[in-house]
Amino acid sequence: MKANYGYKDGSGEFYITIDTDLCDGCGKCVAACPEKVLEVTEDEIDPLADDLVARVTDAHRKKIKYSCAPCKPTGQPSNLPCVNACEPVAIAHSW
Amino acid sequence: MVAVGMDLGAKNTKVVIVNNGKVLAASSVKSGFDQKASAEEALQKALTEAGVAQSDIKHIIATGAGMKVVSFANATITDISANARGAFNIFPSVRTIIDVGAEEGRSIRLDEKGKVVDFGINEKCAAGAGAFTEAMARALEVDIQDMGKLSLQSTKAVPMNAQCTIFAESEVVSLIHQKTTKEDIIRAVHDAIADRITSMARRVGIEQDVTLVGGVANNIGFVDSMKRNLGYEMLVPKEPVVPEFVSAYGAALIAQDKIGGQ
Amino acid sequence: MSDSKETEYWRWTESRWTNPDLDWKDGDIISAGVDVGSVSTQSVIMVDGELYCYSNRRTGSNSPDSANNAMTWALEGTGLKLENIQYSVGTGYGRVNVPFANRALTEIACHARGANFMYGPSIRTVLDMGGQDCKAIRCDHRGKVTAFLMNDKCAAGTGRGMEVFADILQVHINDVGKMSIVEDEPEPVSSTCVVFAKSEAVGLLRKGYTKERVLAAYCSAMAHRVVTLLERLGVENDFAITGGITKNIGVVSRIEKELGVTAPEPKVDPQLAGAIGAALFGKALVEKARKKG
Repeated sequence: MKANYGYKDGSGEFYITIDTDLCDGCGKCVAACPEKVLEVTEDEIDPLADDLVARVTDAHRKKIKYSCAPCKPTGQPSNLPCVNACEPVAIAHSW
Repeated sequence: MVAVGMDLGAKNTKVVIVNNGKVLAASSVKSGFDQKASAEEALQKALTEAGVAQSDIKHIIATGAGMKVVSFANATITDISANARGAFNIFPSVRTIIDVGAEEGRSIRLDEKGKVVDFGINEKCAAGAGAFTEAMARALEVDIQDMGKLSLQSTKAVPMNAQCTIFAESEVVSLIHQKTTKEDIIRAVHDAIADRITSMARRVGIEQDVTLVGGVANNIGFVDSMKRNLGYEMLVPKEPVVPEFVSAYGAALIAQDKIGGQ
Repeated sequence: MSDSKETEYWRWTESRWTNPDLDWKDGDIISAGVDVGSVSTQSVIMVDGELYCYSNRRTGSNSPDSANNAMTWALEGTGLKLENIQYSVGTGYGRVNVPFANRALTEIACHARGANFMYGPSIRTVLDMGGQDCKAIRCDHRGKVTAFLMNDKCAAGTGRGMEVFADILQVHINDVGKMSIVEDEPEPVSSTCVVFAKSEAVGLLRKGYTKERVLAAYCSAMAHRVVTLLERLGVENDFAITGGITKNIGVVSRIEKELGVTAPEPKVDPQLAGAIGAALFGKALVEKARKKG
């Protein structure tokens, strides 16, 4: 299941996509993120399942353009700590 | 050698007239739907203030969102270049310019020669610009001029969850229902926008000294929130022009360079 | 003027219903779903996965009261009491404020389940546009979510954004849809941001646009915005729309046109999708517990 956390506003589209079919709930992305954007919880989109998966916290979901800004300087290619930490390649950024 | 810089902003049209480095006039009119007419009106107002005739002007440079309407300008330049020239002239120690206008926020980094190294823009979303504080002032029924000092009277920080101007208006209304004081709400408003502006600036990289320009820099409440976010004081221009004229001033200086007057 | 507009906005009728063909006493699993939204609250009670009774009311300012009131009204005249309900699920914006709920579930999961019930197992894509958010959901034949995308940060594409825009034109929200259907379709408004779109609207009026054409320009921009959100997920047939937006033919017709699809007619009021899904999850959770225990 592809969970897209974020928003589209006048200034652009900003989504972090977590593929819960690939995510094994290991939590390495949570530790890698300097801004505490991610957390590991029960899968709220599949209430009948018992797996733990990663998601974007409610505190950051509506401002991830700003929360993720320190890892995305302008004029430089991205090398995101969360994406690097994820072995199953379950995390993707849309910008 | 009289040179003119015009900044056609979304909300206000600003004109600065310089003569051999000295600012003769800095005036502003509201940008109406007929931008060309506003540009002409602003220019006339500045000429009167400067005591100079239109025929004395040797060079005009326009900048800002509406710069193309100034058909009588000799050239146009980007806001970024104008801001850089203007701010660096006022504060040679400045390495980061944070410009917050009515509809856009931007951050510019300079090198020691005042050359633009990198920049970032927050555009097309009212929550990242002056339109936000203006809308909140309306929702609170407070004069925009009073927002600053009321903010400084706040006694506690109140969180603001909405990241959108429209949703924030509703949030403000419910905060009022919950008996939160106007001062605390206003501080929350300034903290929210300062948070967004600082995050944008951090993306470009912040190097001291930092200056705050653009109309919103006149809001002492916003300046205070920015200071708390950054952790240190910023330079806010007063002479030879106040924050909203820095871009037009920069354009005027560049116009002056072109005619060799310095 | 603004007072009458506020009264008009609430003009949609509150409703309740009891299924004349079911007797709850013959049922095995009785479950309930309560969807507390920013504008409306629905309470749905199901007996063995079939609709037994429901209510649809204004939310008001106090969430726990909204949930209680909706439930009380739904149960009215049925003889069924809260204690007979084996499992209640709260969902929606106010889901943590449903005092009698056994669990709170996200609206995304509930909407997919509800759409599957309302439109049938052929539904694969659901668009829900409510008062303060916009959700795009992909699901399978069982109504299980396979992908989703929600925007609740930006007012553009939400009921609130539309309300603000209607206000500046002094048009009642209920009339926006039909007024926006014009012969000569204009260019869409260029600003996504509602605040900037408002200024753009004033400019268009000055240029001689009629209110109808300005509304058309805005509905067109909103429809396009929503379509790009949907396309990020991929739109697979069958496609259904739920939420307050179904009342705005101006946006709905433009979405259908741009996607080249027609949303099917639902069997029940589309506003009930979340609460129906929640009640179905309630039943599934009872069955799951029985298997374990």
